[in-house]
Amino acid sequence: MYLEMRNINKSFGSFRASEDVNFSVEKGELAALLGPSGSGKTTILRMIAGLERADSGDILIDGKRVNDIPASMRGIGFVFQNYALFRYMTVYDNIAFGLTVKKAPADAVKNRVHELLRLTELEGLEKRFPNELSGGQRQRVAFARALAPEPGLLLLDEPFAALDAKVRKDLRQWLRDMIHRVGITSIFVTHDQDEAVEVADSIIVTNKGRVEQVGRAYKIYKEPETAFVSQFIGEPVIVEDFGKLNGYEKGDFDRAIIRPEFVEAFKSDNAHFKDIITYSQKGVIKDIVFKGSALELRLNVNGVEVVTHRSLERRPVEVGEEMNVIIYRLFAVKDNTTELMQNSYLLKDDPTGEKLEKYLYSDGGYFAG
Amino acid sequence: MGYKKKKSTRFLMITVSTLFVGLMLFLPLVMVIINSLKKGFEFYLQAVSTKTVISALKVTLLATVITVIVNTVFGIFASILLTRFSFKGKQLLQTLIDIPFSVSPVIAGLAFIMMFGRMGWAAPFVDAVNNAFGWDIKIVFAVPGVVLATIFVTFPFVSREVIPVLNAAGSDEEDAAALMGAGMFTIFRRITFPHMKWALLYGMVLCTARALGEFGAVNALSKTRGETFTLPLEIDALYLSGSADSITAAFAVSSILVLFTVVLLVIRCVLENRSKKAQEEQKRR
Amino acid sequence: MKGFKLTFGVTVFMFSLLVFIPLASILVYSFSLSPAEFWEIISADNVRNSFITSIVCSLFAALINCFFGVILAWTLVRYEFKFKLLLDGLIELPFALPTAVAGITLSKMYSNTGFPGKWLSKAGIDVAYTHLGIIVALVFVGIPFVVRAVQPVLEKLDKQYEEAAYVLGAGKLTAFKRVILPEIMPAMLTGFGLAFARGIGEYGSVIYISGNSAKEKTQVVSYVIMQKLNYMDYAGATAVALLMLVISFLILLFVNIVQIRQSRHTNEL
Repeated sequence: MYLEMRNINKSFGSFRASEDVNFSVEKGELAALLGPSGSGKTTILRMIAGLERADSGDILIDGKRVNDIPASMRGIGFVFQNYALFRYMTVYDNIAFGLTVKKAPADAVKNRVHELLRLTELEGLEKRFPNELSGGQRQRVAFARALAPEPGLLLLDEPFAALDAKVRKDLRQWLRDMIHRVGITSIFVTHDQDEAVEVADSIIVTNKGRVEQVGRAYKIYKEPETAFVSQFIGEPVIVEDFGKLNGYEKGDFDRAIIRPEFVEAFKSDNAHFKDIITYSQKGVIKDIVFKGSALELRLNVNGVEVVTHRSLERRPVEVGEEMNVIIYRLFAVKDNTTELMQNSYLLKDDPTGEKLEKYLYSDGGYFAG
Repeated sequence: MGYKKKKSTRFLMITVSTLFVGLMLFLPLVMVIINSLKKGFEFYLQAVSTKTVISALKVTLLATVITVIVNTVFGIFASILLTRFSFKGKQLLQTLIDIPFSVSPVIAGLAFIMMFGRMGWAAPFVDAVNNAFGWDIKIVFAVPGVVLATIFVTFPFVSREVIPVLNAAGSDEEDAAALMGAGMFTIFRRITFPHMKWALLYGMVLCTARALGEFGAVNALSKTRGETFTLPLEIDALYLSGSADSITAAFAVSSILVLFTVVLLVIRCVLENRSKKAQEEQKRR
Repeated sequence: MKGFKLTFGVTVFMFSLLVFIPLASILVYSFSLSPAEFWEIISADNVRNSFITSIVCSLFAALINCFFGVILAWTLVRYEFKFKLLLDGLIELPFALPTAVAGITLSKMYSNTGFPGKWLSKAGIDVAYTHLGIIVALVFVGIPFVVRAVQPVLEKLDKQYEEAAYVLGAGKLTAFKRVILPEIMPAMLTGFGLAFARGIGEYGSVIYISGNSAKEKTQVVSYVIMQKLNYMDYAGATAVALLMLVISFLILLFVNIVQIRQSRHTNEL
């Protein structure tokens, strides 16, 4: 473990910013702290950097407790949300700052700065001032500046938030490649799950100052461990009365999370679904939204609104049309626990889910093409 | 940055600041009061109710009221002109308007003497007007001169406060109102004025404070004690006569102005908070 | 937008009548002096000395104000403490307190019968009626200029700049010197310029404490102009005033240039 957070607590007055936070990041790993705004992810990052002091708990970097070491002595690289480039210094001086304050010899500074300028493809811009750079260039300067003193750990606070959508996409890939090439252990904060999934090796999901789940992106997506994670990840639709749906009993559960990919809607003459049409129930299309690569259908099924995606390659549908709807599975939620629930009608016939798989991945199935 | 070190810096900074303000700014204020009461309360009351002091108070208040009105009118027009329109020479006009701010008040007095005094080029005009209407208006060494000098010295005070606020507010709302067919006056009354309201009051308070206390410019233009003297001139006269009694009287008269100053500073503090709040609301919307 | 003619007309009319034409009268009158006459007035010992006194004392006072002004602004922006509001309000005092009142009070305080003048003179330091006295009065008058120029800049200054410096290994002092100081420098120079300009022109708060002795070189320029006016020496007064105006303009120009330079690094392209 390169970084370990053990039982960290932090309050600002009566506001609990961190509650019993525990997680660790391995050497060379690129981790994302993912959570909605106000979930305490930036506070965690600032405590690691030493910009904020934990009320209790231990922060270990490379096995050493660093709680009492001030920010300037921790040797951590930090990329700020708005980059915080020094406005009255050139790109060169910005990158050199961390080396010159440590009184590094002049040629060592020069070599290192040029090495980083090359790495971040900023050569030729070293005499510019921050306000003469584009957003993407500024981010790269901030990155180079943080890396210059060769820190053991790199922290990035919403590194893409200040960029416009197009540049953001390009820079995600760039940053991921760059961090892996440098091989530095890194943690970045984001509220955007696409960003976390695309860039990070592992994800730490936070909510209300607590860590909800830690793991690989795929695992968090497929096996949410808490109600919050099941509601935060993917494109969740919350359904209160899910007992009205064929194949489900509400029981003690509070509500259910139904992702679009859990819902199948087909026309009654679709031969492909003839084996399972008896398990379906009628649903009326209330709204159709064109999402670019697919359609998003909102259906009213027995008074419950569900959402599904429909490939543009399938037969056209229109608002008001009656469809046959099957919900394959859903996440049932009680308090802060969540449980994957399979459609009991389908399960009766198909306890191993073998048939269902066949439908889903066959030519006309949900995941086809 | 050490965690402990931070505390000691804080202590040092607060101590230095408090000592500086205490010794340099607060102590003089206290000293005025102490010196004014040196000869007892009865002496104090006598000192502030002499005929010359009452006359000076009247002149001071008159000059202040006229000055604040004139400079407020100017402040409103100038701030709208400089924030809502662009024209050739705008930068120059902006710089010129601030001149009184950085010019010695004595020069202001001198300027009016050179204009309306015995050798002034405008003196014949004043004489002509006086002859034509049978008036006897004097400007230099009379109350009108005192008023003019006070206006000059505090001229940019209101506009300086209003301009940044109007700039921050932007003209989107006014453009929108104009598109909906609102007239010039309606736009001013319903949109521009509410924006500038607090800053305007704030500027007026500043202007009042400076007008009450103006000395250098008025000193050059007013020579008759008991007639054209303002309070600061009366204080000057009392102080310079040099006897212990008259010096105490000078401080007694000063305490009147100190009272005005303290009241104005409190109003100013309140207004500053108000206008800050108003601006924050502006940003939130 | 409508209303340009009206606002332009009123603004320019009022400005011309109340400020510009009176000021121009000085210019016009002083142009009637020949260069030789002008030079003779300006180069007289007491005039020359008064300019040196005013400029040097104002410069020292403005420097002192820069130092304490930044500390005050920093304290008011960064810390919460008792009486902060009072401290903040008192900064304005020199703006609002009549200069004559400030003048006689400071003069009384620093004379060898007042407090702290009595103690200072026992320690061998004479303040009243010396250059030191002039500097004290000008520090009093100029302090709000620096504080009020620096304060809003510090308020707006994103803490991230400082934090970035700390994370990169800078100590508190280095972070201040290399990151914060450049940020507040333009505002500080603006405040310096305004305090300096005010100091050179200051009259009311200085003349009581300065002693106004030609021999001791404790006359300030404003006093010399007033003296010439009292002797009805209008030629002399305008000549000195003209030079003073030129100096004021140069300082104003300096402040403007500083502001333009500042916007070069802080404006988005």
